[in-house]
Amino acid sequence: MATKKFLYVNRKPPHGSIYALESLEVVLIGAAFEQDVTLAFIDDGVYQLLQKQDSSAIATKNFAPTFRALGDYDVNKIYVERESLEMRGLGKDDLMPLTWEDEDDDWAEKDSIHIVSSAELAEIIEQQDVLLNF
Amino acid sequence: MSVLHIVNKSPFDRNSLDSCLRLARPGSAILLIEDGIYAVRDNSAAADRMRQALENHPVYALQPDLQARGVGEENMLDGITLVDYDGFVKLTTEYDKLQSWL
Repeated sequence: MATKKFLYVNRKPPHGSIYALESLEVVLIGAAFEQDVTLAFIDDGVYQLLQKQDSSAIATKNFAPTFRALGDYDVNKIYVERESLEMRGLGKDDLMPLTWEDEDDDWAEKDSIHIVSSAELAEIIEQQDVLLNF
Repeated sequence: MSVLHIVNKSPFDRNSLDSCLRLARPGSAILLIEDGIYAVRDNSAAADRMRQALENHPVYALQPDLQARGVGEENMLDGITLVDYDGFVKLTTEYDKLQSWL
């Protein structure tokens, strides 16, 4: 099967709608089919990666811990737009640490999350074969 | 008492909070729920608007919605009162009318 570059663009916060959870499900499907998967978090989508989410009191699925499994699916290109973070008063420390193990580098643990500028993200979007928006 | 204004949309996604702040009379109360709670942070682009609102309104936020979204109380604007679901219900009984800025 041909491999394509898939970018999943996430612009919605995690619990007010079903978009964020559905995106994560589709990301895992794309990864299972061994596609080249990249994630982008823009606008309110950056809220999906906040630490310490605990939805037990509002009876929705607490799917935030699932992001930590992405590294095991070789999903390690996660780009977060700096401008979106700054507008919301957030920085990298507010985001959950997501890592992957690089088998070509003696299984060194590396960051999956990259904070990028709008210009850098625009370039990443141009490089893709398929854009999926949530 | 007067009106309880309820905002459930992110201030960075919709203009619900802006419309609420424009049209809420002084003394009426504002309750942030669901994605509306992203307005509580003290260093976001919405913070100045919220500081101004706090001078004219009691402002409440639904704590379970903060907890679900990982929004910590340590970065919350001074003056916002957190309520639980019982507190939410109590507020709805204390005000004459409810205005939900959907």
